[in-house]
Amino acid sequence: MPSVDLVEMGESAKRCRRRIVDMVYKAQSGHPGGSLSCIDILVSLYKGVMRFDPENPEWDDRDRFIMSKGHASPAVYSILRDLNVLTDEDLDGFRSMGSVCQGHVDRKWTRGVDFSAGSLGMGLSFGLGSALAARLDGSDRHTWVLLGDGEIQEGQIWEAAMATTHLEAGNITAIVDKNRIQNDNFVDEQMRVGDISSKFESFGWEVIEVDGHSLSDVTAALQRARGSGVATAIVADTVKGKGVSFMEDNPAFHGAAPNAEQYATAMEELA
Amino acid sequence: MTGFAEPGASRDGYGDALLDMAGDERVVVLEADLGKSTKSCHFRAKYPERTFCLGIAEQNMALVGAGLAESGKVPFASTFAIFSERAFEQFRNGIARTELVVHLCGSHGGMHTGQDGSSAQSTEDLGIFRTLPEVTVMTPSDRNSARSLTRKLLDHPKPSYTRTARNKTREIYTGEEAEALEIGKASVLRDGADASIIACGVMVERALEAADRLAERGVEATVIDMHTIKPIDREAIIRAASSGAIVTAEDHSVIGGLGSAVAEVLAEEAPTMMRMIGVRDKFGESGSPSDIMDKMGLTSENIASKVEDLLAK
Ligand SMILES: Cc1ncc(C[n+]2csc(CCOP(=O)(O)OP(=O)(O)O)c2C)c(N)n1
Ligand SMILES: [Mg+2]
Repeated sequence: MPSVDLVEMGESAKRCRRRIVDMVYKAQSGHPGGSLSCIDILVSLYKGVMRFDPENPEWDDRDRFIMSKGHASPAVYSILRDLNVLTDEDLDGFRSMGSVCQGHVDRKWTRGVDFSAGSLGMGLSFGLGSALAARLDGSDRHTWVLLGDGEIQEGQIWEAAMATTHLEAGNITAIVDKNRIQNDNFVDEQMRVGDISSKFESFGWEVIEVDGHSLSDVTAALQRARGSGVATAIVADTVKGKGVSFMEDNPAFHGAAPNAEQYATAMEELA
Repeated sequence: MTGFAEPGASRDGYGDALLDMAGDERVVVLEADLGKSTKSCHFRAKYPERTFCLGIAEQNMALVGAGLAESGKVPFASTFAIFSERAFEQFRNGIARTELVVHLCGSHGGMHTGQDGSSAQSTEDLGIFRTLPEVTVMTPSDRNSARSLTRKLLDHPKPSYTRTARNKTREIYTGEEAEALEIGKASVLRDGADASIIACGVMVERALEAADRLAERGVEATVIDMHTIKPIDREAIIRAASSGAIVTAEDHSVIGGLGSAVAEVLAEEAPTMMRMIGVRDKFGESGSPSDIMDKMGLTSENIASKVEDLLAK
């Protein structure tokens, strides 16, 4: 694997986790659980694999990153802060009126954001459009789409999965944040999605299963996907709320902010 | 651009326009297994590498369009008007809200669709798409105007929804006249001081027939083709109000469509007696286009008699 600084990435992931908790605490609203579960993936992507110039996030020929589960916006804002695309003041405004950090990621409001989400189930289709455009342009830019494991209950995801392989788009990678929890409860209680890997395989996708909190394994999987030339789904085993003991594996922290005491505990754990 | 000896349907004009625009490499065409019907099939045959057939999956199509647009392409997607409604929320959140310029065409709109029956007769498409910020909504009246207005979308800065009709209608515009049309600017087809008929889509030919009937009875009516429902041409409506009597005519529900849009302008700017010809809160049924249009009251005689009602007040 091309050299990446795993130590720096580990530090970055920690900084991002603190920012996620901080943003949600200050706003007293937002989605910590699904942000913490995917942040190691975002750090691996932005720091290890993606073609992205923080000095010029509008660069036409950048890789595209589609945060389809748009409620995990704190994860996106925190990594963009780490890359100095956003500032601390930007993050402090999260969810407040006029802030560039909207509740759900929004391309009109935030530099470095490619897709406006909030309505689940649409991002893979958008990513397919990006990938087709890259092919028409003769560009080797890649499209990355991050999906929730509850989100893939939406039928449109499978419309897009089918269309991607039918149209032989090989320049796209879907990453499923398999944290086993959705809004109300555990995925298996709400609506079993079953074996995600074999579902993607049956639509003709290459599948890589990975520990979504191992920066080295995720980075290796992303690099393999980028070079594979075929549509690849990375199914990442994660823990919702990862890094904050009382949020881990706890459906209550899908979309709830910590109180003052919980905030202090969380920041201690993430110190 | 030349006119056509065969009048054709407005959906043919859409197909003509896609070919007209093909020289622009940004143009890409998206289909959801209805390209033969919406007429994007001609583009597909000549430019397969720039045509994406997405299967029977309209929601996916809408967002694939958004993704292409974000990378600088100008996507023209089509399906039946009724199935554009399935992707309504996708269109709202993924296209209108993001200001990504995707052009969606819904063919086979309205009762005019006929035999397919109520499941296919969309009479709410214009109304719902009109509620979306940033979205341009059009319903051309004939093949030439559909061709010209669709071509003008190429440099239009907003996403759009355009309804076309399945069945042939008479030629309203020569090719040259159609070329002069502008998105958002109503077209006055006939001048008359006694009353004004504002029509759109397939009802424009009926409005012209109504004006002929009225003229025989000594009433001179203005006829306006309001091909763009949004942004609506407010000045044209205010000018038409000077006649003191306005009748709107649309192959669409009177709830939310052209009649509503005209009434919104009149109520604020120039309260005027008006009547609406349109579908009166009902579903259609199978039948020949003319039978079902008659049954729904979408006729030239009905337009003429509403004008006379108003003048008798
Ligand atoms: C179409 C749609 N329906 C419902 C919601 C409300 N909602 C927001 S987050 C969420 C649960 C998402 O679960 P998952 O995809 O597993 O995300 P994660 O666990 O990573 O937070 C729901 C139902 C939505 N945003 N969009
Ligand atoms: Mg989940």
